Amino acid sequence: MELLLVILLGVLYAAGIFMLLRRSMVKLLIGLILLGNGANLMIFLAGGITRGKPPVIDDAAKLFTDIYADPIPQALILTAIVISFGLQAFAIVLLKRVYVLINSDDLDDLNTPEEEDI
Amino acid sequence: MKSTILNTASSYLLPILLLFSIFILLRGHYHPGGGFVGGLIASIAFVLHSFTHGTDDTLKLLRIHPGVLIPVGLGLAVLSMFAPVLIGDPVMTGLWFDEPFPVIGLIGSALFFDIGVYIVVVGVVLTILFTISQYSE
Amino acid sequence: MLFAVLAGFIVSILYIPFGRFLKGKLAGLAALLPISLFAYFVSFIPAVSDGQRVTFHQPWVPSLGINFDFHLDGLSLLFSLLITGIGSLVFLYAAPYLRGHRYLDRFYAYLSLFMAAMLGVVLADNVLLLFIFWELTSISSFFLIGFNNDNAASRKSSLIALGVTGGGGFLLMAGLVLMGHLSGSYSIQAMVETNEYLKNHVLYGLILLLVFAGAFTKSAQFPFHFWLPGAMKAPTPISAYLHSATMVKAGVYLLARLYPVLGGTDYWTYPLIIIGGITMLYSAFHSIFRTDLKGILAYSTISALGILVFLIGIGTPQSLLAASVFILVHALYKASLFLITGVIDHETGTRDITQLAGLRKVLFPLAIAGLLAALSSAGLPFTFGFIGKDLVYEATLHTDGVMPIILTALAVVTNIFLLYAGLLAGLKPFTGQLPDRYQRIHLPSLLMWAPPLLLALLGIAFGAFPAIADASLLNPAASAMINKPIDTPLKIWHGFNLVLLLSGLTLALGAFLYLMRKPSASGLDWIERFNNLSPKHVISQLTHYVRHFAIRYTRTLHNGLLRVYLLRIVVFATLLLAFRLFAGGNIYLLPGYLTPLSVYEIAVVCILIAAIYLTVTSSSRLTVVVATSVIGYGMCLLFVFYSAPDLAMTQFTIDTLTVVLFVLVLFRLPPFLNFANRGARIRDWVVAATFGAIITLIGIQVLNQSFDDAVSKFYGDNAYILAKGKNVVNVILVDFRGMDTLFEIVVLSIAAIGVFSLLKLKLKASEKE
Repeated sequence: MELLLVILLGVLYAAGIFMLLRRSMVKLLIGLILLGNGANLMIFLAGGITRGKPPVIDDAAKLFTDIYADPIPQALILTAIVISFGLQAFAIVLLKRVYVLINSDDLDDLNTPEEEDI
Repeated sequence: MKSTILNTASSYLLPILLLFSIFILLRGHYHPGGGFVGGLIASIAFVLHSFTHGTDDTLKLLRIHPGVLIPVGLGLAVLSMFAPVLIGDPVMTGLWFDEPFPVIGLIGSALFFDIGVYIVVVGVVLTILFTISQYSE
Repeated sequence: MLFAVLAGFIVSILYIPFGRFLKGKLAGLAALLPISLFAYFVSFIPAVSDGQRVTFHQPWVPSLGINFDFHLDGLSLLFSLLITGIGSLVFLYAAPYLRGHRYLDRFYAYLSLFMAAMLGVVLADNVLLLFIFWELTSISSFFLIGFNNDNAASRKSSLIALGVTGGGGFLLMAGLVLMGHLSGSYSIQAMVETNEYLKNHVLYGLILLLVFAGAFTKSAQFPFHFWLPGAMKAPTPISAYLHSATMVKAGVYLLARLYPVLGGTDYWTYPLIIIGGITMLYSAFHSIFRTDLKGILAYSTISALGILVFLIGIGTPQSLLAASVFILVHALYKASLFLITGVIDHETGTRDITQLAGLRKVLFPLAIAGLLAALSSAGLPFTFGFIGKDLVYEATLHTDGVMPIILTALAVVTNIFLLYAGLLAGLKPFTGQLPDRYQRIHLPSLLMWAPPLLLALLGIAFGAFPAIADASLLNPAASAMINKPIDTPLKIWHGFNLVLLLSGLTLALGAFLYLMRKPSASGLDWIERFNNLSPKHVISQLTHYVRHFAIRYTRTLHNGLLRVYLLRIVVFATLLLAFRLFAGGNIYLLPGYLTPLSVYEIAVVCILIAAIYLTVTSSSRLTVVVATSVIGYGMCLLFVFYSAPDLAMTQFTIDTLTVVLFVLVLFRLPPFLNFANRGARIRDWVVAATFGAIITLIGIQVLNQSFDDAVSKFYGDNAYILAKGKNVVNVILVDFRGMDTLFEIVVLSIAAIGVFSLLKLKLKASEKE
């Protein structure tokens, strides 16, 4: 199963990078989301996957009696998911704002020549 | 969105979802759940309401701007961190009442921290979404 | 002593709130600071001339070896007296000179700062402390030289001065740190003890190179001399102060101070003699072609500095004594000439030597001062300059081998030019017929003509009665350099010998030159033709090319296209990762370790891959949004399968909200456009696919690593015992790593504030263009 997930990981990264390289701002955003998912999956895989044993201690017990999934990657990913929402929201709004300003979806239009600055 | 069914349903869904989110928040220390998920569920409840009744109505229902929740939540989280200092322990020492409370279970400073997270998440998500939807209208 | 050094800093800070009260008639009160410091240092003369040394120790950063260590011996005392004494006169002089200037308070603040920094340089015993003060002099002189900050040329000169002296300062710091590191102490007095070790060390040459770089840039030695004539853009009192007694002498002081530590070897002697020799001849020659009074003085100052470096390079007791005498001689007559020039400039509005004549009729006291200073610089008998020049010849004659002939010839030629320059600056403006336009000039206030006269008279007094200064000040200064007592009384008359003959020759030829050659603009034009070869020109050309290279480089690499930047980053990262991966050995997968496949999971992965494909290829925004959310929900299912209920819940809710976000915004944006051509798409696909493949390989490698679960185990074992929670993920978030979570919600808050302010921000009319 890990092999399948590792391939999925590669596909997510490849698709994310491809979308980042587009000129369209919206595609750039989608690329960010894909990469975010890819990164989460990578952390998740790195911790090792365990089926059906959540890191929650039984009601009766005070300690784990069985093997359990690694809680650290989960804690990391949980924060990453929430943060990426903040990032996406900010990016979307920034994009919207830029669109209103320059009335174009093309990233190249943002590139004003700065001859006088040199 | 003018759908009678959704309209009626969301009026009932709002309190139910809010109650559910608080349930998720409180059980977080012992079962899956916690401040982040609870806060997100609560935000979804309000967003659903705003979809059917309009953002302005939801804001009226809330009475305060969701942005106000952000400093409140942050303040609560920070206070829960520094509360142990008052009795001479280092910052962020976990403090707990000895006896469990009915329904909720044990109460400690970590719970207040989690409630702070909950409030911040609600504030952040609603601020973002309501600002955008008001801008779009 | 700490207070004496820091007083200037304190006063300059006090100028910020109280400076405006001292702008008017009270401006002269500023001189109280240097005068009282002068008196303070005078009180040390008896002790120091007895051979005592005053030290002061106050720990500052002991762990780094930086302490407030001050050390007052003959050399430091000589410089301290010059700094505060000439400082007092300059402070007084500047009050009428800059009367009514808008920034008079600022001027005094900079000047106090500079004076304090100079005192720090000459008193510090700790080399790192010395370096700090050294840099402070560079910075405060930057402000002083650029004091007329509304003048572009003035700003440029101050930048050049800062660049040259500051750049040298960096090298000096490296040299000083190296010295301190090797000798085990940052105290100069301690280094004197270990000087044999330093001189025999492999890095001795490097240390010398770095120290020389610092001293030569500061003291305007060839080829770094060009900042000094430019620095003449400063108001004249500043030039007088910086170039007669202080700033440029700092480099000379450094060499003199470090002579007992580093000096006396061939590596020390020859570079100093050669560079000093070139500098003194080159700029003495240049000085005779100038027509601007300050230009003449600037070049003759560089030449005098060259003589000093040259004398320290020779390094015999006689030459060091000659150096300490010449420091005093030069400071007296050069400050006097600068101040006279200031008055002339102030009253007539020109410094052009071809325009000025006959001013003795209207500025009589200054004419006397000018005459005396010129005589002292010319080295006429019974002036202090005579003694100084004699000693210089004495020193050059008493070297070994063929050196005496060459060095003495060099010194004679230089002195002839300097004599000419001195007469030009001190005598020429006052002789001849007074032009009509200067008839109405009258003598300025006492504070402006008394200081130069006083300095010139001192030059004569020391010359006629050398006993005033020799045992009390000059012998201790020289003995501090050589680190053993010297007791050579200065004499006016040595009897008829070779030195006297040389002096007479110098005088005769210099006077002949003065009578025969009239300064003219054509001479200046002639020398300007060689400008293309001057170090200044070469360096400015070099900066020009560097700038052009930087512009080209920036244009090529930073073309402003985001995707090109990203492409480069991704390609570079791919290469780096690939190199690391394939250099690391075989890539393999342990089959026994894997979890078995299940139908549901395969289905989910297939759905995910299909959704990714749709996301990338579809041109409909609705499809893309739906496909993206499918990816999110698919991830959510994976989390469910693999024991992460918290993640599943969070991912689910976040995904729902993301869809809402897209619905709110995305549909108000234009439809997708396909900008890229076929070739670009293929290129991007190749890059992206390679990167994905590398990531997959890394993922496989990661799975093979044996996993250290000590931390996870700690959290799992202690979740209930320490934190009374059973959901370990939540316990980590709110308890074990609560601080991280706090920062996370802070970041979220910032994102919300960002969104809010971006959208509520009203566009200005100009931004709508």
